[in-house]
Order: sequence, then structure tokens, then C-alpha cells
Amino acid sequence: MSMDRRSFLKIAGISSILGFGASVASATHTIWQKGLEPPQVDKNKEALIAKRWAMVVDMSKFKTDEDVKQVITACHQTHNVPDFRNADGSVNKKDEIKWIWQASYERAFPGQDNKYMSEHMKEMPFFVLCNHCDNPPCVRVCPTKATFKLPDGITMQDEHRCIGCRFCMAACPYGSRSFNWRDPRGTNPNGEPFIKNENKEYPMRTKGVVEKCTFCTERLSVGKLPACVEAAPKGGLLFGDMEDPNSEVRKIVTNQYTIRRKSDLGTGPAIYYIVGGSDHA
Amino acid sequence: MKIYDGGKIFLGLLVFVALATFPFTYNMVMGKGTKAPEPKTDTPAIQEWEKVNGKKECVESKDFMRKEHMQLLNNWRESVVRDYNRGYISTTSHKRFNMSLQNGCMTCHSNKKKFCDECHTYMSVKPYCWDCHIQPEEKEEAKS
Repeated sequence: MSMDRRSFLKIAGISSILGFGASVASATHTIWQKGLEPPQVDKNKEALIAKRWAMVVDMSKFKTDEDVKQVITACHQTHNVPDFRNADGSVNKKDEIKWIWQASYERAFPGQDNKYMSEHMKEMPFFVLCNHCDNPPCVRVCPTKATFKLPDGITMQDEHRCIGCRFCMAACPYGSRSFNWRDPRGTNPNGEPFIKNENKEYPMRTKGVVEKCTFCTERLSVGKLPACVEAAPKGGLLFGDMEDPNSEVRKIVTNQYTIRRKSDLGTGPAIYYIVGGSDHA
Repeated sequence: MKIYDGGKIFLGLLVFVALATFPFTYNMVMGKGTKAPEPKTDTPAIQEWEKVNGKKECVESKDFMRKEHMQLLNNWRESVVRDYNRGYISTTSHKRFNMSLQNGCMTCHSNKKKFCDECHTYMSVKPYCWDCHIQPEEKEEAKS
């Protein structure tokens, strides 16, 4: 078959227009547009909103071990955090997943301890969790933006996007991030599941992703306070908007002496600790 | 024209064609692979919905969901995790839906085996949703 240049160009031109047009037409379909915008999507009306979420920890309100334990249990229960244990019932430190846990003064506030401190203070187990920093090193190093900053100050983690490189774990100065070395859906040597009484409203994680405290974003958006705050004795853990001058957390931080973990690193942690005071001087 | 060793060549070709198409012919004869998937939307929650609203309706039209649900779910996830949006307003029914796989989709489509797996298995796609998300509890069908 022979074809002159004119008809060849005509056919080529028409087919490229058709091809290009079809790809444009399919790309303009609503669902392929980048992101969903209101009014297509909206926030829950009951959602709690703030400019800067922050927490105040007052350890003096925790009188018994039971008070302490129920906070950790509440958090880990709500978020399906696995409990990796060895056959003898001891905690498997290497694989442990931690959202909220306890640390001694020396560990929580290194460099601020001294040898004349009261034994009570030295041994008090402080609650430690993700500090939801103003300037989080984990976010800076994440190659996939799996961890990122929400506009209300929460350092959020999207496990869908996590590739398990663990840069964030190396970057976080608080050890707030845990890697899933093993499948949290498994069972321990005694045949008990790692996650007992799973919360069916919250996902689990999978082997190979990093997880951490999310300040209960899923609870905030249905108008609930974080699980730990709810489970703590009154005033033990306070949660609120630090940018709101009338909020409880702001008043405490303004009027009382509070310290933050490793604030000299410049990460701007948002967990404030009331240390000392009348209850345990 | 004479083809040297024509008999052997054609016999060889025949054997080759038979072997190469064996997976297809096998499935056609056995009738397993050719059966089109039939996802079921007859869960109690959907029947209840049908009773109340007069028709079965999903977040978007059936056609759209069939073709684009994976992209829709991706967009939902971004919107929920990154923008705090929790509600999705349907472009067809203008109803508001909870943007959640576990607490949204699966509350109606509680039959993961007959709804999700039916097609996914047929198409041999292995989405990793259920590596983390908790699937609804299903009663084993009373066949076995």
C-alpha cells in the first residue's frame, strides 16, 4: 500500500488528537483529581479542633500502680498494640511496641538529674509518649511522608505509606517509635494472641511498618479525648489547645513550673511535665 | 510443493499448540476458571437499607464503584489521615458516608468472602487491606 505524505499526516494528526483527548477526558474524571476537597468531603461536626494540641502530665495524681497500668492498657487496648512476651511471661524488649510507657526520671529527663534528688523522684515512673514536636526530626527524615505534621500540631503516622526504613526511629530522640519486627497478629509461645480483645474499630499494623502514638486523632474526630486522658485519674493527664489562652493546659503551663523532655534539642515537644510541687516535694 | 518431513513438522506443531493452550482448554473443559465472579450484595445491612431507601445504593453508582473503588479508597485514606475529613458526600445520592473501610464499607458489606474475595481471587489481585484492617467476622458457610 502506498500513501502520500498528505494523507499520512492527516491520519497521524487525527489519531494523536483522539488519543490525547481520550487521556485528558479520563484524567478529568472527579476521582482522579488530586485529593478530595470540601464539599465533596467534610469533617465530623462533633470533632474536637485546636490550633495546637498539647498534654500536661502530672505524675502526682497517680497514686497507685493500678492508676498507671490502666492508662497504658487503655491506650494499647484502643489501638490494638500487640503485647509481645516471651515464653516465661517477660516482655520481649527487642520487639516491644510502645505508644505510651514509663521511664525513670533519669531516662526521661537526662542531664536534669542530680545525685541528691529524693529517691521518690528518682524512682517515679514518668509517663512518656510521642512528644508531637513542633519541629519533629522524624518528619524531616521520612522519605515517603508517611509521618507528617497535621495543622493542629499532631505528628501523624500513615502506616499505609510506611516502607519500614526506620529513619524516623533513628531520628526520634525520645524513642517514641516502634518497628513491627514481627506480625502482630501472631501468637506467643504459650499460644496466646499478641493482641487480646482486639478493637474492631481500629486497624492493626503489619510486619515492617513503624508505629507510634497519634494523640488519638481517630477519637478527636468523633469528639472524644485521647484514650489515655480518659483512663487517667482526674488531672493526671490533661489534654488541650496550647494556643488557646483559656485552656486548662495553657493555664497550667503559664502559671506553674513545667519541664519538657530534651527541649534543648530544639524539637519543641508538646508534652509538659509537672515535676515537684506540693504533693511530692 | 513438498515439505520435507511434513508429517513430523505438523505433528510437532500440533503437540506444541496443544501444550501451549493447555491451561486455557483445561479450564474451559473443567469449567472452573471461566465462571465469572458474582459478588453478592445481599447482607442483612444492605437489605435493611433497601427496605428503608427503596433501592440498593452505594457511596457512588455501581459502575463507578466497580471500576474505581480502589482509587476512591486511596483518596479516602489520604483525606481521613491527612485532612481530618471523615464524611464523604455522594455525588449520586448526596448522602453522607463515613469514610472508613472497617467502620464504613464493611458495616454494609459484611460479606468479605462473597463481596471482596470473589472478584479479587478471580482477577488474581491481592490487595493488602486485611494485613492491617480487621475484617468482619463471617460465619463459615454450612456446606462443609
